[in-house]
Order: sequence, then C-alpha cells, then structure tokens
Amino acid sequence: MEQPNLSYIHSMSGGDTAFEQKLIAIIKEEFPQEKEIYVQNINAHNFKAAAGNVHKLKHKISILGLVNSYETAAQFENNLTEGHKQGQQEFEAVLQLITDFLETL
Amino acid sequence: MNCIIIDDEAAARAIISQLCSQVSSLTVLEEFPNAIKAIKYLNQNTVDLIFLDIHMPDFTGFDFIETIKNPPKIILTTSDTNFAIQAFEYDCIVDYLVKPITPERFQKAIQKAESTSVMTTQDTSSGESVETTSGNDLYVNIDRRLIKIDIPSIYLVEAKGDYILIKTEAKNYTVHSTLKKIEEKLPTSLFLKVHRSYIINVQKIVDIEDNSVLIKRDVIPVSRSNRPELMKRLNLL
Repeated sequence: MEQPNLSYIHSMSGGDTAFEQKLIAIIKEEFPQEKEIYVQNINAHNFKAAAGNVHKLKHKISILGLVNSYETAAQFENNLTEGHKQGQQEFEAVLQLITDFLETL
Repeated sequence: MNCIIIDDEAAARAIISQLCSQVSSLTVLEEFPNAIKAIKYLNQNTVDLIFLDIHMPDFTGFDFIETIKNPPKIILTTSDTNFAIQAFEYDCIVDYLVKPITPERFQKAIQKAESTSVMTTQDTSSGESVETTSGNDLYVNIDRRLIKIDIPSIYLVEAKGDYILIKTEAKNYTVHSTLKKIEEKLPTSLFLKVHRSYIINVQKIVDIEDNSVLIKRDVIPVSRSNRPELMKRLNLL
C-alpha cells in the first residue's frame, strides 16, 4: 500500500521550511476535525453531508502524496452522492493511514 | 495584482498564500474561510484577482460569483474536475486549478490572469433589503439597483446570516435582508415557512419525506412545529 509522504509539500514550499512546518501543523489540526465530522455523518447515514466531508478530505489525501488513495476517496464520494456507502472500509483505511502518519510528524 | 483567497479549508488557504508569495507581482490582501465574509470585504475594497474555492458549505463559489456585480478576475481552485464546463460560462473566470496545486500550474494561471484585460471594481450585492411587491413581482435592492423577480418563479428562500438567498427557476439572488421581511412580501397562498431558515413555494414541492421536503433538487428540513401547516396545504388523497 502506498504511504503518505511530504513530497508535495516540499515541492511547493520553495524551500521555506517554516512554511512546511506551518502547513503540517495546520493539517495536524484540521485533519482530525474533518475526520470526526465525517464519522459523525456516516454513522448518522447522512450520506450527502458525508460526501462533502470526503470531498474536503480528498485534498489532504493528495497533499500527502496518496495518489491511489485519492482515487479511492473520489469513488467513495461518488458512491455517497448516489446514496450508498460502498468503499467505506477502503476509505477509512486511508484515514487511519494518515492518522498514523501525522502522529509521526 | 492585489488578490484575496476564499476557501473553507485552512490548509488550502495556506498553500495558495505560499504560492502567491513566490510571485512578486501578487499581494495577498486577505484570506476568507467563507464567501459571505468575502462579500462584506468586497463591499468596501477593490481587488484584482480572487482565488475561489467552489465546494464550500452553505454558499458555493458559483453562488458567490452570481452575487457580486462586476467580479474581478477569478481563478477557481477545486478538488473536483466536474465543474470545468460550468466554470467557463463565466467571463470573469480566467483559470481553473485542480488541487493539489503545483507551482508550475499556479504560475501558468497567474500568467493567464495577467494577460487578461483588467477589470476593476466589484461592488457587491448585499444592497439593502427586500423592497416591495407589485402584483406578481418582487423588487430587491442589489447594488443600489432594484431588480425585479417574478414571484411565482421563486421556489426557495434561505436565510444565510445577514443575507437571504432567493432561488428562482432562472437565477439565484443574495440579498441583505431577513427571512421575516421577505415572508411579509410573499403571498401566503404560495409560500410557507417550513423551518426557521427556509421558506418554500409549496407549488414547487417534488416530494415530502418525514421531516424534509424536496424542492427542485434541494432537500429542505421541515420543523416539527411547521409540519402540520404544510400537511394542511397539500391536496392529500
């Protein structure tokens, strides 16, 4: 399975390490909040709202260099929009992967 | 170029701001987590360029564009490629950046923005209040102009903080007013407040399910206290 990484952040920071740290801090703060809201909505079977949450989480997934996981998330978002939650397990595995990664930073 | 960034995601704002800092011709004046705050800012300030997220809760990037009268150049930023065709229906949109935005693609967008003819001033909507009705028409004050809206074409009015969003068959209007004010102007034979934030045109109902009603493609919550009145209005078999 692909692993989260900081390649994108390094590539767009222009070598500004202070910015890199700032962005990582923002992600570490925002990601758990977005994940929590997603969990609440999916547990409440509020698929439309959950699709919106997945949409927002997709950006974090791509920032952390997870190309295939981004596709997993995009498909899951589509499924939620269509009213079913096929792909939930795969998507939540990606969330766990990111959670674990952020704890190492 | 003076620019502002509108995105509900802090990480996205930080990235765009950082990319802007690498372009000497760009100055970021402000960042906004939602479009409503940006509209208030644009009431009193002029900018050359807006980086605008499409997918924001409550008030989308497209709602924002439809709200401001003379929009400056806009670069859309989104994780979704599905809106590309819709995006280029707007003359003000000079480019469409898919997240995550790379420095190279960002540079290209800035070059496009700089080579596009300069547009200035963007007085925004949010004039003052719903004005008056005349027969089937409702006049709303937007940018110090009274805009006529055909009342039967309104299918939904939604409260959005200090504003209301009036949705019609043809267009949406954001007006600085309250739900209470517009409720007084709309005929009770057609319209019903079903929730503290929503007034619906009962003739436009598609279906009703438990505590929500489908109007066009909008699912609107129905308060428990308002449900009996809604049910009374229906021609139930």
